[in-house]
Amino acid sequence: MSSGTIKKDGGFGVAQLILLISIAVLVVFVAWPVILILFNAFFVNGEFNSLDFYRVLTDSETFKALTNSVLIASMTTIGSTIVGTFFAWLVTRTDLPYKTFMKSLFLVPFMLPSFIGALAWKMLLSPYSGYINRFFMETFGFTEPIFNIYSYVGISAVEVMYLFPFVFIQVCGALERMDPTLEESARISGAGLLTITRKITIPLVLPSIMSGALLIMLYSMAHFGTVAVLGIEQGIYNIPTLIYEKIHQSAGSFESIRTGTVLSTVLIVSAAIIIWGQQKILSRGHYQIIGGKSFRPMELKLRGLRYPLLIFCLAYIGFTIVLPTIVIFLVGGVATYGLPLTWKNLSLNNYKYVLFEYEVTRDAIFNSVTLGLAAALITMFTGVMISYVIVKMKVRGKGILEFLGMLPFSVPGSVIALGVILAWSGQFGINIYNTIWIILVSYIARYMAFSLKANSAALEQVHDSLMEASRSCGASMWQSLNNIVVPLVRPGMISAFFLIFLPALRELTVSIMLYAPTTRTIGVAIYTLNEDGETVMSTALAGVALIIIVVGQSLINHFTKKAGE
Amino acid sequence: MSYIRLINVTKQFGDVTAVNNLNLEVGKGECFSMLGPSGCGKTTTLRMVAGFEDLTNGEVWAGDKLLSSPKKHHYTPPENRNFGMVFQAFAVWPHMSVYENVAFPLRLRGLPKAEIDQRTKDALTATNLLKAAGGSPADLSGGGKQRVALARALAINPDVMLLDEPLSSLDPHLREEMRFEIKDLQKKYGFSIIYVTHDQAEAMALSDRILVMKLGVVQQIDSPLDVYNNPVNKFVFSFIGVSSFTDVVWNDGKAFIKGSERPLPAGIEIPDNMKDEVVFSLASRPKEIKFTSADDPAGVHGTVLRTAFLGEIVDYLIKIGNQEVRVQIGRRDPGPETGENCNLCFKRPFWYKADE
Repeated sequence: MSSGTIKKDGGFGVAQLILLISIAVLVVFVAWPVILILFNAFFVNGEFNSLDFYRVLTDSETFKALTNSVLIASMTTIGSTIVGTFFAWLVTRTDLPYKTFMKSLFLVPFMLPSFIGALAWKMLLSPYSGYINRFFMETFGFTEPIFNIYSYVGISAVEVMYLFPFVFIQVCGALERMDPTLEESARISGAGLLTITRKITIPLVLPSIMSGALLIMLYSMAHFGTVAVLGIEQGIYNIPTLIYEKIHQSAGSFESIRTGTVLSTVLIVSAAIIIWGQQKILSRGHYQIIGGKSFRPMELKLRGLRYPLLIFCLAYIGFTIVLPTIVIFLVGGVATYGLPLTWKNLSLNNYKYVLFEYEVTRDAIFNSVTLGLAAALITMFTGVMISYVIVKMKVRGKGILEFLGMLPFSVPGSVIALGVILAWSGQFGINIYNTIWIILVSYIARYMAFSLKANSAALEQVHDSLMEASRSCGASMWQSLNNIVVPLVRPGMISAFFLIFLPALRELTVSIMLYAPTTRTIGVAIYTLNEDGETVMSTALAGVALIIIVVGQSLINHFTKKAGE
Repeated sequence: MSYIRLINVTKQFGDVTAVNNLNLEVGKGECFSMLGPSGCGKTTTLRMVAGFEDLTNGEVWAGDKLLSSPKKHHYTPPENRNFGMVFQAFAVWPHMSVYENVAFPLRLRGLPKAEIDQRTKDALTATNLLKAAGGSPADLSGGGKQRVALARALAINPDVMLLDEPLSSLDPHLREEMRFEIKDLQKKYGFSIIYVTHDQAEAMALSDRILVMKLGVVQQIDSPLDVYNNPVNKFVFSFIGVSSFTDVVWNDGKAFIKGSERPLPAGIEIPDNMKDEVVFSLASRPKEIKFTSADDPAGVHGTVLRTAFLGEIVDYLIKIGNQEVRVQIGRRDPGPETGENCNLCFKRPFWYKADE
């Protein structure tokens, strides 16, 4: 008998109740909105109509957004994979100086929200007003801007800058865990380092590279911020930005909802395919490459290239992270956008204004913090409950929950937003549209995946025998849960909390579709102020957001390190 | 004729000396084992021979070729040493077929296609893998994977085969079988073996000579028989086979097992170099102690603390004074019960100083 069983033979026990609540949570928050989207995409006036689905899809505007999404995601994926794999190899397999420090530096891009990065690059490289373009035109007499960030290449380049850590982390992990004797046996067979890298190392970490690449593909296809900031000026739309544009402009007309649901369906299907592909690759190609003895792996001696490559890495970080951050803080400090960035023009006035006086930004900060806290707490607790049922309980009907539990992983943010609009704007009795509650509901749906992942990982570590031992000592089911399971799972819960709270603080994709004048979040405020031409206020708020994010992240690192000790 | 030579080899990792001034020679066609507990430096020594670790001091030679010498700034990388090596965790490449794994070192040498094919097949035949050639090594058992690793090392027909605990990841019964397979392959191909293990039975069964190491320092290099029969110190004695040590003290010119009221019988000879020791050790193997009749004057008196039936043998823990020794007798031999007094006869005991 398993310890986790609360099953009473026959009858309706606590186990069934918990299972039902868990299923209900996932159905209400995730499954129902998705079903509504699919229904609205395929049914016209209550009748199944796939021809109309096809008509909407092949509409030139819709189809363009679709190909744009694929094009940008492909370029971003290829770029990020090359950049991420190269840097991962550099910090794990060579004698690059200050490797550990460099490794942590390459994770910093994760902290910078890509739409804030895009904002900075707009100020640096927009065709005629960007600082870099102007500098070259004014100083060297270029007649044309040296680079136009409002382009496919520009958008993809910015996404690569902030997404490559997905591949970097995966490949670093694989290279570090890989059994060094796999490479050593190639060496003693007579292979040089380059042959080993080509024939042994790369093929063995290929599953990890591919899995990271697919994650980026998934993220980029459904990514709103960068395309919204850099693309709209040139009429470059991808799926999420077109959905936003449609819903936003027409205030929810039937035709725009249909376009939105059709595009969302495409996103759901591609997400499902990508996740299926990722799991296929991971299970088929997941070689047992973790070894016994822990000798350090061979390092390629870079010799003369050691310091040039270090400088290259630092320059990369400087160019992609430091430069945009500085621009944000400087532009946030001038009175009007366009003034030269000199000491004389800089002040803290804007920062004071957005923090304490300006109602829009003050509200936004308050909204984001409370929404983040509420979403993180609710999602953390429901996530523990659902994970517990999935991982530990033996109860009939669990299969449904396992299937529902997969759903949050494959539903992109803009899809959730649209689904939540369909579900909660009055058609089914409850109308919370235009209130803060609809954003909270969508955050719970959006971040449920994070909580399920962290909590199931923690619960899987708790072996059944621990509960059995407690029960055999005379503890009741609830005493055992309380004294044994909860303390062991607490680190997972804490990490789930932060995994949700921090991204929620900077959320844009979902909130941009759902905000009302008084319910702007930080992300929405930055984006809309920028759209309205309030560039300096927008960047000042972005600066404040960056500080909150960095402080929050440092706190997390501090606490998780403590918890790990 | 010595082939591999290590001269004054020292290896330091930071402040830790992993191998201290080691000298050894391994002959052509010899099977040489390095034995010791984990962390004793045996694997580091093997890795220095292979070329995966550089030396802090000393030289490594193969025949008349210098392989490593920090003083002469000479270092031949592993890929140019032409050795075969087999690792504990198999290290077969999961993304290549069994055939490709074995053919890999041959391809690197740029041999003609027909020869690669021939030699790959030869190595696969010698290791009974020909049937599995087209499959993935991931589908093989642990023993099968280790055969692939052996075949891969054999394919280049190396002069020296370096084996780093090749059998410790296998099931016990498979381990014994593979020992003989390795030995047979050596007979057939005539390579030298340097074999690293912490399993003394494995070392005994395979080797022409054994090196016992402790904390980076060589304790003894001898044939298996000599290492067993004449261990140079307490450590070697305890590492080879099962052993008990009892403290012995002098009192009025007579030797007493510590806490015992009766001196050791006159029949037990104590070497002269123990005469000045305050406390020294009587080392015995459980099977070299016999129960004797209560009135045997050459016997040592003790009390049975515990008996354990182990199948073929019965294991006794006997208290003498405040010391304990282990005794093992055949299951059909008569022996005392728990709690009874007994009389023990030590055959061929060894004597070591306390600090040895």
